[in-house]
Amino acid sequence: MRVMAQMAMVMNLDKCIGCHTCSVTCKQAWTNRTGTEYIWFNNVETRPGLGYPRTYEDQEKWKGGWELNKRGRLVLKGGGRFKKLFNIFSNPKLPSIGEYYEPWTYDYSTLTDAPAQEHTPVARPKSLISGKDMKIEWSANWDDDLGGSTATAHRDPMLKKISDKVKFEFKQTFMFYLPRICEHCLNPSCAASCPSGAIYKRVEDGIVLVDQDKCRGWRMCVSGCPYKKIYFNHKTGKAEKCTFCFPRIEVGLPTVCSETCVGRLRYIGLMLYDADKVLEAAAVEDDHGLYEAQREVFLDPFDPDVMREAEKAGIARDWIDAAQRSPIYALINTYKVALPLHPEYRTMPMVWYIPPLSPVVDVVQETGEDAEDKGNLFAAIDALRIPIEYLAELFTAGDVGPVDAVLKKLAAMRCYMRDINMGRDPDGTIPAAVGMSEEEMYDMYRLLAIAKYDERY
Amino acid sequence: MTTARNPRDSTSSSGHADRSGLDGPLSEALVRTRRYFTKGTVSEDLRTLTKRGGRQADDFYRDRWSHDKVVRSTHGVNCTGSCSWKVYVKDGIITWETQQTDYPSVGPDSPEYEPRGCPRGAAFSWYTYSPTRVRYPYVRGVLLQMFREGKSQHDGDPVRAWEHIVENPQRAKAYKSARGKGGLVRATWEEACEIVAAAHVHTIKKYGPDRVAGFSPIPAMSMVSHASGARFVNLVGGSMLSFYDWYADLPVASPQVFGDQTDVPESGDWWNAGYLIMWGSNLPVTRTPDAHWMTEARYRGQKVIAVAPDYADNVKFADEWLPARPGTDGALAMAMGHVVLKEFFVDRQTPYFTEYVKTYTDLPYLVKLDDAGDGAFTAGKFLTAADLASAGAAQENAAFKTVLIDARTGEPVVPNGSLGHRFGDAGIGRWNLELGDVDPQLSLLEGAEETVLVQMPRFDTADGAAADLPRGVPVRRVNGHLVTTVFDLLLAQYGVGRDGLPGQWARGYDDADAPYTPAWQEVITGVRASTAARIGREFAANAEESRGRSMIVMGAGTNHWFHSDTIYRAFLTLTNLTGCQGVNGGGWAHYVGQEKVRPITGYTQIANALDWSRPPRNMIQTAFWYLHTNQFRYDQFGADTLAATTGKGQLAGKSTADVIAQSARMGWMPSYPTFDRNPLDLADDAAAAGKPVGAYVVEQLKSGELDFAGEDPDAPQNYPRILSIWRANLLGSSGKGNEYFLKHLLGTDSSIRATETPEDQRPVDVTWRDEAPEGKLDLLMTIDFRQTSTTIFSDVVLPAATWYEKHDLNTTDMHPFVHSFNPAIAPPWQTRTDWDAWQSIAAKFSELAATHLGVRKDVVAVPLTHDTADAMANPHGVVRDWKMGECEPIPGVTMPKLVEVERDYGAIAEKMNALGPLVDTLGATTKGVTFELGKEVDYLRRKNGAVRGGVADGRPSLKKDVNVCEAILAMSGTTNGHLATQGFKTLEKRTGVRLADLAEEHEGKQITFADTQGPPVPVITSPEWSGSETGGRRYSPFTINVERRKPWHTLTGRMHFYLDHDWMTELGEGLPVYRPPLNMAALFSEPSLGNVSNGAGAAEVEGLTVRYLTPHNKWSIHSEYQDNLFMLSLSRGGQNIWMSDRDAAKVGIQDNDWIEAVNRNGVVVARAIVSHRMPEGTVYMYHAQDRLIDVPIAETSGKRGGIHNSLTRILVKPSHVIGGYAQLTFAFNYLGPTGNQRDEVTVIRKRSQNVEY
Repeated sequence: MRVMAQMAMVMNLDKCIGCHTCSVTCKQAWTNRTGTEYIWFNNVETRPGLGYPRTYEDQEKWKGGWELNKRGRLVLKGGGRFKKLFNIFSNPKLPSIGEYYEPWTYDYSTLTDAPAQEHTPVARPKSLISGKDMKIEWSANWDDDLGGSTATAHRDPMLKKISDKVKFEFKQTFMFYLPRICEHCLNPSCAASCPSGAIYKRVEDGIVLVDQDKCRGWRMCVSGCPYKKIYFNHKTGKAEKCTFCFPRIEVGLPTVCSETCVGRLRYIGLMLYDADKVLEAAAVEDDHGLYEAQREVFLDPFDPDVMREAEKAGIARDWIDAAQRSPIYALINTYKVALPLHPEYRTMPMVWYIPPLSPVVDVVQETGEDAEDKGNLFAAIDALRIPIEYLAELFTAGDVGPVDAVLKKLAAMRCYMRDINMGRDPDGTIPAAVGMSEEEMYDMYRLLAIAKYDERY
Repeated sequence: MTTARNPRDSTSSSGHADRSGLDGPLSEALVRTRRYFTKGTVSEDLRTLTKRGGRQADDFYRDRWSHDKVVRSTHGVNCTGSCSWKVYVKDGIITWETQQTDYPSVGPDSPEYEPRGCPRGAAFSWYTYSPTRVRYPYVRGVLLQMFREGKSQHDGDPVRAWEHIVENPQRAKAYKSARGKGGLVRATWEEACEIVAAAHVHTIKKYGPDRVAGFSPIPAMSMVSHASGARFVNLVGGSMLSFYDWYADLPVASPQVFGDQTDVPESGDWWNAGYLIMWGSNLPVTRTPDAHWMTEARYRGQKVIAVAPDYADNVKFADEWLPARPGTDGALAMAMGHVVLKEFFVDRQTPYFTEYVKTYTDLPYLVKLDDAGDGAFTAGKFLTAADLASAGAAQENAAFKTVLIDARTGEPVVPNGSLGHRFGDAGIGRWNLELGDVDPQLSLLEGAEETVLVQMPRFDTADGAAADLPRGVPVRRVNGHLVTTVFDLLLAQYGVGRDGLPGQWARGYDDADAPYTPAWQEVITGVRASTAARIGREFAANAEESRGRSMIVMGAGTNHWFHSDTIYRAFLTLTNLTGCQGVNGGGWAHYVGQEKVRPITGYTQIANALDWSRPPRNMIQTAFWYLHTNQFRYDQFGADTLAATTGKGQLAGKSTADVIAQSARMGWMPSYPTFDRNPLDLADDAAAAGKPVGAYVVEQLKSGELDFAGEDPDAPQNYPRILSIWRANLLGSSGKGNEYFLKHLLGTDSSIRATETPEDQRPVDVTWRDEAPEGKLDLLMTIDFRQTSTTIFSDVVLPAATWYEKHDLNTTDMHPFVHSFNPAIAPPWQTRTDWDAWQSIAAKFSELAATHLGVRKDVVAVPLTHDTADAMANPHGVVRDWKMGECEPIPGVTMPKLVEVERDYGAIAEKMNALGPLVDTLGATTKGVTFELGKEVDYLRRKNGAVRGGVADGRPSLKKDVNVCEAILAMSGTTNGHLATQGFKTLEKRTGVRLADLAEEHEGKQITFADTQGPPVPVITSPEWSGSETGGRRYSPFTINVERRKPWHTLTGRMHFYLDHDWMTELGEGLPVYRPPLNMAALFSEPSLGNVSNGAGAAEVEGLTVRYLTPHNKWSIHSEYQDNLFMLSLSRGGQNIWMSDRDAAKVGIQDNDWIEAVNRNGVVVARAIVSHRMPEGTVYMYHAQDRLIDVPIAETSGKRGGIHNSLTRILVKPSHVIGGYAQLTFAFNYLGPTGNQRDEVTVIRKRSQNVEY
């Protein structure tokens, strides 16, 4: 056992209102400068949608992350490192600026300076790349609130496998929001892709950083990251990425995106894991096993053996305490409601998500006389608008079982709490049906609903 | 940890099985060499590199995060967020902002208010240094040049210089026609203020002070900044324009039902609801910082329903989505009401509901029935004590004391608490809802000897044409009057039959022909009948079980329609029948521009300058612009088009302008400019005639020598001449009928396509002039920190400090705290705070006015006013028009009050700067409660210091914005516990119920400005509002009414289902009723919805006709932020229109194509967003995208494309100008015609993709 500590985040998508406050506060703090105009360390995607950069999840195209080779060994999908060294000057797997978006501004000063003229002055868009007039064809969030689009569906890698489940019809509309930052993976393919050795994980908290002095701008990390969360600063010629706000984390403040999240859906906490188990877990043969495998890499911070080993490894007592109080541990391992994003990329991501509930579809309302039973004000999970298969493509490499289990827990929590809310006797069979005790369910409710500042971070 | 290992120790083997190794042996060997060249630690399995933190390579990010100070401030935009922010400053530069998280706790079992904010607010600091910032004063070049010429030709006198320009038609046209076309030049503050001051002096002298108007909305968000100009405008005698009604955010149903402007729960109270319907309210977008309460309450077992025509952002959170077609929400609510009445009142009694409606609503009160001939009746007036046998009729205010039957005795009784008890000596201690032994009888059915048929109005035909239905009610006779109860009428209206009653009734829920069944609504709304019935049932069942914890969050999607008051009354029927009002977690939650100035009493004194002169001139803005942008000249239908078949024809033959004029002359609604003569001259004329102004004006009106200005709005002496705008963007945001503003008000280019009213439709009382004026306004002055459609059309633009550069106060009704603005940096360049800017203007004005104007007398016409005995001016709401000879003109009864006010024009600046003496002598009155402020004035004199010399010698100083903050806080009950207690004690005398204990816990608490500079401060329960926060509970409106039995400010003192005013009857809206959206094809000859034209037909535009809605934008707060680069980068970077994929396909439009939207009102150029989440037949152009960002020249007009309001226009509903009767009495921003805009249609066409600018 080799105990290491990792700062991690869980986002409860069931609470995300898609407001993008996180994106703006992050951008203002970190990437509001020349060379980073198009860079959003934190962005929010409407799903279904192509994402930012467009179609980044299409690893057949971009070759990000890891895969197993024929011998079952973990290799970078973009090719072994040997190959990479020879490809260093011509990297074909790099999204173009168009795939992100061509950043622009406007000639705002015209509004003030325009001489007397025939028409009302207007500020026209100007490319921040070329300085020329442009027609805006894509933006940092072009998909916003579309719920997918027939105009782009054919390019949506997420829909390819489950196209029969998604109809872009008014009555079947569904959507939800997916905020994304760097995953600060346990098994980062960006770091493995870097020919300069400039990308490293901080020993003490696992935050993945680019050493700005060592980066040589090869951009192999951009290709290697399947989440496309490393960006190229075209002014400095270096790679930049989400830093998990380490200057704040170091003084006990949550990340900017978390503290400013008005949906109150982000949790930050410390996880202890066994560094010796990472590679093995990342190399599990069946994609569907990756979620469980990663969970097993995490160590129980209450286990005396773990505490002893952690101490031996130089982890301070207050860090162990933090790991014990960690809402992340509770959400991932105790309540098991948080799931990793695209475990099939095999990078062992450390920003996890609670999948969202959604309204029922009309067809269920039609037969929905059952819903009048007071105990069943809430719909069955299989009647929800967001196809469970879609969520499974995101969080469990297509395995619907774990997603179904999470959604059932959330629905059960609502049922259980409704009795309490209405002043009735609570019904212990509800938590039992999803394998939880009443106390566990109530504690989970407090963490998800009451969610005080001190308990979120 | 791993750094303890020497990497060289572990080169041999990863220690893992081959299977989970990396790559192949060759590359492994190659990569392994890295371990010898790096200071970091290559993991044993070679996957990754680790290092300890704190290396120099991190420095960039550490440095980036560092800052010198963090300052608390907030955003004074037109938004209810009221979020406290941390503003970061480094090297004297504002860098960015993040939210404060230090709100006082809501308690251990609830979520908290932290962190409040949204992406718009988070992007605010961009404006500070952006190229759209207004850094210096600007004047339109052609005007500045003429002003300088004029000055040199007129001995350097700025007033004569202004006259030189505006009284010369060529010169006036030269600068007016240049408005909005560039050519702004820099000026000094000195010169800009001189122009503004000169214009004011000239206008007041020649045309009168009521020809000066000021517009700045929503004081709650920055009350000192609002009060700055308002105080100046009110001191000179100008008119401040309303905003809540103008924005169509005022739910007229609120004064109608509650007798209150609007009072709503704070968002933390959503948490307490067991059932929540989001109805036309997209919470994540429009209440971003509050939305979490809804998402979290679901976890507590709250069921959530979304009613929205599109799959809006909030629908994601609902358990069920009811996609009712736009504007049909009233039908859905009526059907749900049908179910509630049938299942919870008729099929069985629900004790909680029955008790509630008997005590707190007008349902048991008696209504007289009028014989309509042929054996049918119509609902008439409330039975009052005046209708009883002589003993009852003789009591004080008998016509305002309503009557019900006591079920115990079967006799009529007059319960306490009606309007008649609110005023007069006999009512002292009796204005309360205590029923004593009386058991109000809800229905007369039991043991009824008689039933009659009542004609119930209906408007559910496709074009909204009126019809009626005969339905029976049980009746009895009281003192010879045939009466029934409001409850019996309500059942008849909703079509809920009972055995033994004649008439046409619904056969069942599936009877699609009978209003208002679930099946009937399905045809109209598209929502399945069974769903509508079930949701209605669930809502009521939840309320029954939880004793009123069912809530409806209602938004602009339902409130911005022409007939929104009827939609809302159908909603309020649901909450009021089920006992949800005045209950934490229940009732209506109207969130549309409903900002709450919690320290309302202090604010009102300062802003209205009531400390120096009373009354102020407060104008209803919708009627103001309806007349003065000449939209009345483009009406194609009369006011009676909206009448019911059951009416008496009172609106017949009238145009809307006639109705407005009638309302004004009867004293119902304000009208400024008031008379066709300068009110200063009018005072002089009265003095010369040796008569009191009241008598003189009445005499002149009767003789016809004097007329109301609103009866000839196009006469040059009747125009408004000056408009000052600050904290607002009238021409880019709220100005319905934008193109009419440009043409008639400003006199510049416009894209109006409408034709003028045909002769037979023109007004009869209001003068029609052959030539419509263009360029009525002489001066448009704007103070802003960014360029907007209003600034670029302005003659003078003054540079404002932003919200991070000044002191101010901020409150909302979404949370119970007051908090502050503070300057993170001093105002940069030549910017000034609003308070400072208006002081500069006032100083220059006073200097010029001292000689040009001196001391004058002004005649102010004041409408009959709510919360005063004026509400008893018109018994039974009977219309009496003196001009038609129906009565005598009596000021304050059948016409406006006439008050003479002295104006010392040379002393305006001195008065601006000091708290005047009237607060000592007259106190301050809020909602009928007068506060004595002697102690507070003393305190302020010591706190702020006293002014020395001049007219304000010895008065408390208001020189600085901080002084004003202190004055507002000290003079309000919500922020001064002494005053709250004092006010409750006053109210205890009138009501006879215990109230003062509500504020006792905070009697000694006085919030100072310094307090607000720390964490947000909770306010104190005060009679200024209807809810209680005592003991730290969440604010819910009307809890004081329900728990302490304090009456509502209505006729019966209860919440009203029935309204018996003549004009309400005329419109068939005595009871809740469904009225469909206006039919623009029938009213204005627009193409029918769904029409696809190739443009070949006469006068038809090529394209698809759709409903045109302008919901609130995700990427802006009104027009603020829509020009912000962050918001533009996160959206589509310019004006756009959302449409459904099906509609787009009909006219060949692809996503992101350039399109044009065209109707009679104007032209818009935008890019299309095509999405299946949009319903077929409706497009959204999200609100206030302005015209400044990426808007090309329109093909249709050859001019710059318009804004969202280029396609709308003002439509005034006659019932909104009712006044002078009970709760239907005017108060500023309480009651007035709404600037609704949702009933509009437009043609959408694909245009050439080659755009030109």
